[in-house]
Amino acid sequence: MAEEVKLFRTWSSGYALRIVWALKLKGIEYETIFEDLTNKSPSLLQYNPIHGKVPVLVHDGKPVCESLVILEYVDETWKHNPLLPQDPCEKSMARFWANFGDDKLMKSISQLFIAREKDQDVAAVEALENLKLVEEQLKGKKFFHGETIGYLDLAFGWFADFVSILEEIMSLKLVDGERFPHLSSWIQHFIDAPVIRDCWPPRDKMIIKFQVMREKYLAAATPK
Amino acid sequence: MGEESKAVVHGTWASAFTKRVELALKIKGIPFEYVEENLRNKSPLLLKYNPVHKKVPVLVHNGKPICESVIILEYIDETWPSGTKLLPQEPYQRAKFRFWAAYIEQLLESVAKLFNAEKAAQGKALEEVHEKLRILEDGVKEFYFVEKSPDHVHAEKLGMLDIMMVGHLVAFKAQEEVLGVKIIDPEKNPFIASWIQALIQLPIVKETLPPHDNMVGLLQFVKQTGIKLMDKSRGHDRGLESKLQSST
Repeated sequence: MAEEVKLFRTWSSGYALRIVWALKLKGIEYETIFEDLTNKSPSLLQYNPIHGKVPVLVHDGKPVCESLVILEYVDETWKHNPLLPQDPCEKSMARFWANFGDDKLMKSISQLFIAREKDQDVAAVEALENLKLVEEQLKGKKFFHGETIGYLDLAFGWFADFVSILEEIMSLKLVDGERFPHLSSWIQHFIDAPVIRDCWPPRDKMIIKFQVMREKYLAAATPK
Repeated sequence: MGEESKAVVHGTWASAFTKRVELALKIKGIPFEYVEENLRNKSPLLLKYNPVHKKVPVLVHNGKPICESVIILEYIDETWPSGTKLLPQEPYQRAKFRFWAAYIEQLLESVAKLFNAEKAAQGKALEEVHEKLRILEDGVKEFYFVEKSPDHVHAEKLGMLDIMMVGHLVAFKAQEEVLGVKIIDPEKNPFIASWIQALIQLPIVKETLPPHDNMVGLLQFVKQTGIKLMDKSRGHDRGLESKLQSST
């Protein structure tokens, strides 16, 4: 019986990329529907009525929302090339660090990204502390789970791309090779990995998009 | 081996998140030791087991710490697979559970926001809670309860979503008393109200949750001193992060 797999995404969403990579790693064929979030399709609103966000995976008509939930769904449905460790304790650690990436790390990177120049040093403190914790997790490993790409690499994938975009826009070095040798090395290995590298959104488009976003935030924050 | 294979829960008596873990272990029939932590004077053990967030609950099993209550619930279900299942086996059903688990956490953030709100902002905050409860009600009753009644609850076969809600029941009632508002309003959210009514009757719930008066006393103190509930990274600007990740 032929399966029908659809992925609702945007051209730039790092969270949607997690699913693109996961499906590629598993060799699953699927149809892509690109959404414009300023003009959401009726299908997206039907499949994700509560949040109206991407990514949404629709498998034989059944929608799955929230990228980390989708990753686990993909892993449990297509069991070959597992993304998550089998051992419950290691699995828990993977989930813990994925949550850390999406909550604490994302918050601190966002705060740094919209900080005015005079506030950047302070904003960077928390980001750097969080990056140190991630650096620890990568000691002695090529990828988060060892030699091959897995769940946590996909979960942190957005960061591998975004860090260089942030650094270029803000003219600062966040992840320098001396302070973060393992994280730097992971970024290099990940962005160039065969399954990963062909999926990145166009860099020039990303730079423009985030530059515009940052300027809007800075303008809104400026006292009148 | 005996020393290592035991389960130890580090928690606090008022933490609903801790209650989730205690309930899950009791439902599974797993014996455990409980360590009451003092969050104003955190023990070296807690800081060792949860260096990143320094929070409760932490489940220590075989000497290894597991943090974050929902992660702990999944760990418990995977480690002790016999007996009551906290999550369904089928991947799509599991995905639904996880989606609604994440939604319940958002609902609880709204409840915390309501509690922390100044009097003037309370009305709007309460509306937000009721709206989220309505969404939860519509979403959950479709797939969670056979024949639209919480039968599995009577049998004490609680699942992850029951456990997540029930942990907060005493807090809800205490907050209603302290704030003078109705959080779980049977007229606005009849299904949720009857779900909670069924849960709160269970002996296993009554013995696990803290006494109502203790909770009221604590929340009155919190309100008076202006301490904010759930004041963690969750207070951040979701809009910004959402934009950073999903928008075109």
